[in-house]
Amino acid sequence: MKRILAIARKEFLHILRDPRSLAVSILMPLMMVLLYGFAIDMDLKNIRVGVLDFNRSAESRSFINEMVSSGFIVESARLSNRKEIEPGFRQNKYRAVIIFPADFSLSLVKDPVTQIQIILDGADGTSAATVANYLNAVTSRINLSYAKEDFGLDILPIETRTRVLFNPELRSAHFIVPGLAALIMMMICALLTSIAIAREKETGTMEQILTTPVVAPQVIIGKIFPYMVIAALDATLIFLVGKFVFGVPMNGSWFALAGYSLIFILIALSLGLLISSVAKTQQVALIAALMITLLPTLLLSGFIFPIASMPAVLQYVSRVIPATYYLEIIRGIILKGVNWYPRMGGILTGMSLFLIILAIKRFKTRLD
Amino acid sequence: MFQTGKTKVALLLEALEKSYGKIKALHHLSLSVEPGQIVGLIGPDGSGKTTAMRIATGLLTPDNGSVRILDIDPFIRPRQAKELIGYMPQRFSLYPDLTVSENLRFFSDLYLVTKHDRIERQERLMKFSRLGPFTNRRASKLSGGMKQKLALMCALIHTPSLLILDEPTTGVDPVSRQEFWNILRELAEQGIGILVSTPYMDEASLCDNILMMYEGRIIGTGKPEDITTLFPDKLLEIRDIDITEIKRKLQMKYPTLSVQRFGDKLHIPYSDEEQFETIKSAVPDRTQVNPIKPGIEDTFVALMSKPNITADYISEESG
Repeated sequence: MKRILAIARKEFLHILRDPRSLAVSILMPLMMVLLYGFAIDMDLKNIRVGVLDFNRSAESRSFINEMVSSGFIVESARLSNRKEIEPGFRQNKYRAVIIFPADFSLSLVKDPVTQIQIILDGADGTSAATVANYLNAVTSRINLSYAKEDFGLDILPIETRTRVLFNPELRSAHFIVPGLAALIMMMICALLTSIAIAREKETGTMEQILTTPVVAPQVIIGKIFPYMVIAALDATLIFLVGKFVFGVPMNGSWFALAGYSLIFILIALSLGLLISSVAKTQQVALIAALMITLLPTLLLSGFIFPIASMPAVLQYVSRVIPATYYLEIIRGIILKGVNWYPRMGGILTGMSLFLIILAIKRFKTRLD
Repeated sequence: MFQTGKTKVALLLEALEKSYGKIKALHHLSLSVEPGQIVGLIGPDGSGKTTAMRIATGLLTPDNGSVRILDIDPFIRPRQAKELIGYMPQRFSLYPDLTVSENLRFFSDLYLVTKHDRIERQERLMKFSRLGPFTNRRASKLSGGMKQKLALMCALIHTPSLLILDEPTTGVDPVSRQEFWNILRELAEQGIGILVSTPYMDEASLCDNILMMYEGRIIGTGKPEDITTLFPDKLLEIRDIDITEIKRKLQMKYPTLSVQRFGDKLHIPYSDEEQFETIKSAVPDRTQVNPIKPGIEDTFVALMSKPNITADYISEESG
């Protein structure tokens, strides 16, 4: 115990004596959550749509009014012929163009089906899909009002009524901030500890430590302690930013959040130490830590892409990524107010123990 | 050579073999350090000194052979053995961002030294090493000599019985080197066995026993005052202002001659008066040519070029 404390104490001193790294390890997560939080905003607002109206009738105008009334869509350009469509897309004047044929108002009265055309900018697929969905919704709303006027129908046979639980406005910040917390904590923790052992190997101090009676578990556990404190501080900052800057609600218990977060932090720190005890130099350790944590956590944990829609192989991969479970847990705590996850919590605890033991086993007490 | 009398041998290495891939780092290396004895390992870089010392501390495992620290095998009871050893690696390996006392505190904690003992020992070591005024200075801000003294203090904080010091004075100024050796002598007088390596031949004369290492073997061993008797021939010294030219001419005329340059002097081994006269006649009249007593370095160079003879010598000694 005294040896563990000695190593923890020494590691604390290293951190305190290096104010720049300390600042980086506190400010970087803060910057990241702010930057990503604002950048990865998947809610579409003020989508610019161009209008090419060959009809210029009261009917086409009312369609346009209906379309822009919600505020999701703004009419950003009024076109006069088809040749102008493409240049406008290239200059990013709009994400979509809606075209009313010259016989739009006539056809409404005369034909069973009236067509309008929507042209989308496929270069930004996500926005394009959202615009299309939105315009379809507008169209069906208008259809309903025509149906009522022309045929006296009050309702269409089937109507879906959607009610979104836990995140009624479908604000993307509400599920992105927990994801960011997982990503940032994983990355920062692994990066922090990845150099902790490699640095001592590089500067030669490891040679001195290894001639003392200290053993691998004492070194590993002693080194985890101080970084745990920093990581806990980072996590607190991230969740506070989430709550007060991005307005993410907190429906569950802060204690549950802290508990599961500590287990997750422990996993990330142990992973960093494992990398560090295998890597020969600090640089190799840093790069390995980034590679192993960043992309899998970002892409395969369900942070951005739903796991259910991944290919089967990747779904299996996602099961060994700690962030997959952590993300589900904290989204549950924060948004659903469910605080108890025995199975996933058990998996995370198992992962943390496995990684710590592996790091201890891989820590060489000899130079050869 | 390895008598075990009433007192236990501080360090005993027997028939160590070690290879790194195809490179053989140690050939059948044996040595012993008695309590209170300073044993010097001398030899050029790459001769296996560091490897031998790392095996003695348990940092490396030998391919073959045995290690005993006060009769304890460090590969069977590593913790007990480590308690007995104080080790200073070749590279400065304390924490530059920690202060003198923080470094000492760290190592004393790793050795589970009690607070009472630590405070008392730190005070004594500080006085002893005269690092006292710098207790709160960061290690990175110390001079080379002071750094080495601090490293020595850290290796001494748990009162080891055996000190293993890998080139502790390399890159240290002459005054600090002298001071460092005075400290070593005092420690030896307290009964600590010391194994120290050095590339400086002049430091070898400060040891109780010298082991000359070359290419993983011990090529000569003895007390500093005796070891020069291993020099197989006689030795002459040539002094001249244009020593480079003389060396070139001699080597052209007698390619088999071993000509060693020491600053503005040449040292040449010779076998008899006849050869002495031949060499003398080959240099200008103004040049001084005198027979001299070989030094430790001369002996090393001579033994280095005749590994077979000295290898036999060793096996006789240890057998």
